Amino acid sequence: MVLENEHNMSARIASMIDTDKVHKALYSDPDIFEEELDKIFNNNWIWVAHESEIADAGSYRTAMIGRQPVIVCRDMEGQIHVLQNRCRHRGATVCESQAGKVRAFTCPYHGWSYGLNGALRALPRPEEYESILDKKDFGLIEIRHETYQGMIFATFKKDQESLDSFLGGAKKWIDLFMKQGGGYPVKTLGRQQFRFRGNWKIQLENTTDAYHFPVVHRSFISSLDDQTATVFDFLDDEGFVEDLGNGHSVMVMIPDLVDLEANLEAPIPERFAPLAAELAKQGLDDLQVRKLVRAAGGTGFNLNLFPNIACSMAFFRMLAPISVNETEIHHIAIGGTGAPDAYNQQRLRLHEHFQGPMGFGTPDDGEAWERVQRGSMAGKDGWIMVNRGMSRLRPSPDGNVMGAVCSETGMRAAYQQYKKQMIV
Amino acid sequence: MDNMNQLDKSLVEVTAFLNREADMLDYKEYDEWLKLWSDTGLYIVPIAHGEENYKDMLNLAYDDAAMRKLRIQRLQSGHAMSAKTAKITIRTLSRIRILDESDDIINVRCAYCLFENKSGQIRHFPANLRFKLRRDNGTLKIEEKIVELMNSDTHLATIAYLF
Repeated sequence: MVLENEHNMSARIASMIDTDKVHKALYSDPDIFEEELDKIFNNNWIWVAHESEIADAGSYRTAMIGRQPVIVCRDMEGQIHVLQNRCRHRGATVCESQAGKVRAFTCPYHGWSYGLNGALRALPRPEEYESILDKKDFGLIEIRHETYQGMIFATFKKDQESLDSFLGGAKKWIDLFMKQGGGYPVKTLGRQQFRFRGNWKIQLENTTDAYHFPVVHRSFISSLDDQTATVFDFLDDEGFVEDLGNGHSVMVMIPDLVDLEANLEAPIPERFAPLAAELAKQGLDDLQVRKLVRAAGGTGFNLNLFPNIACSMAFFRMLAPISVNETEIHHIAIGGTGAPDAYNQQRLRLHEHFQGPMGFGTPDDGEAWERVQRGSMAGKDGWIMVNRGMSRLRPSPDGNVMGAVCSETGMRAAYQQYKKQMIV
Repeated sequence: MDNMNQLDKSLVEVTAFLNREADMLDYKEYDEWLKLWSDTGLYIVPIAHGEENYKDMLNLAYDDAAMRKLRIQRLQSGHAMSAKTAKITIRTLSRIRILDESDDIINVRCAYCLFENKSGQIRHFPANLRFKLRRDNGTLKIEEKIVELMNSDTHLATIAYLF
C-alpha cells in the first residue's frame, strides 16, 4: 500500500518502489525532490566534467552537483581540483562563465582572489584583518574528486567508497566506450544544452529504454540510408540489458559494435565510404582508415551510470535536476585528440543529426518525456510499470542479471539503487 | 525605383526575399523553401557566438543540401511527434541591413524572433540572422544562413522546426 500521507519520508518512499513498478508521485512530489537532492546528489559520485574539457593549466568548467555550484579546474601544476563556487568572505560565486581559462578566480564583490588550487592568494586592504584572519584557512572549499578514463566525478560524501569500487562492473564498458577515439585519446568536441519540463528520472530511464526507439524515432530512422536503418532495427536481435550493480546498467543494441577494435576487416559501410576515401587520400594506411571508420559511428551500447551520466553510443549524456518538474540535459560530442579533422568533423555531423535540441531524435524524446510528466498528474494513484522482460531474465557471462534489449532491466537496476539510498 | 541608388534597390529586393523566406517557413511551404537555396548552401545554427569555423565545431544544426532535404522530409512525414505539436509558428524580421555587396554576393543581417505556442505557453526565440545571398540568373539564392540564437550558448528547449 502506498503511504501517500506518511510523515516518515523513508517509509513513504519505500512504499512507492516495488521490484516491478514505481509510483508516479516520484516524478511530481516536491518534497521527494528535495530529499533526492540530499540523498542522491549530495551522497554519490556525480560526474562533473571530462578531463579534455580542462586540458590546459588554468582552464576550468563550472558545474552543478544537485543545486550546488562547483568549479572543475586544472591548476598551474596540472592538478585537477573541484571547488565550491563560493567566496569565503561574503559568499558570492567567484566564477559565472561555463568554461574558460584564467590565472585566478577573483570575487567580483570585494576582490578576494583565489588560485586555481583554491588557495586564497590576496585580498584588498588586508590591514583590517590583522591577527583575525589567516589566509590559509579561507581557501575555496575543495570537494573530493576521483577520475576514471578521463571522466571526473566529485562527491560531497566524506566516507563515499572509492570511484573504482562505485563503478565496479561498469568499468569494463567505460574502457570499451573510450575506444571511439579511433586510436586517439577521447576528447570532447562541444556541448549542446537543453531543458525539458519533466522529472530527472524520466531521462535516467530513457537511456536504458530501447523499446521506445522504433516508435519515437521513426522519423530519424527514415532519414537513414537502408544499410544504416537495418543496423538500427535491433529489437529482435541479440542485444541485451545487463544490471551492472550500484544502479548502473548497460544496454547493448548492436552487439557487433561493442568492441570497436574488433572485426576491422569487415566491409566499410556505405555511409562511411566518403570518410574512408578522404582518410586514405590523406595518406593513412588501410588499418588506420579501418580503425577510424569503425569508430566513427560510435559504440553499439548505452552505459547508464547512476545517477547523472551516460556513455551513450557516441556521446556523453549528462542530466542535472533543476526542479521536480524540470531537468537540464547536456549532449556532449566526442572525438579524438589529434585525430584527422575529417574524422572529428564526421563525428560532429553525426552527433548533430540525432542529438541536441534541434537533432532528428531529441525533440521527439523531449515531447514523450513531457507527456510522461503531464500524465503523472492524472488520478490520485498510479504506477509507472518497469516490469518488461522480468520473466525472461538470465545470468550474464559476468554473473549479473540480464534481459532482452527491450527489457526494463536497467530501469529496475536504477530504481533499486535509488530506493537503497533514499530510505536510509 | 528609377531614382534609387543600387544599395536602396538591393535593400528592397533583399527585404522582400527574406520576408518571403520567413513566410514560407511559417506557412510550411517547405518544398518551395528548398528551392530558395544554392546547391552549396549551408544552414547553420551555432552554439557559440562570434565564431567562423562552424565546420570544426559542435552546432545545433549544420545542414548542407542533403541534410536540409532530410530535415524537411522529417517535418513533413507526420512521424515526428514533436513536429505535430508545433502547428503554428510566427516569425518576425526587422533591422535588415546590407553589410556589403559585390557583383554576385550580398551579405546581410537582421533581427529575428520566432514565436510558437507550446502546450499553451508562448515561447519566443530572439536571434540575429546572417545571410549570404548569391545572385543567380536574376534571382537570389541562399548561400549561407546563420542563426545566432540569443541563448544558444546556454540551455534551450527542444525545437521542432527550422529557424
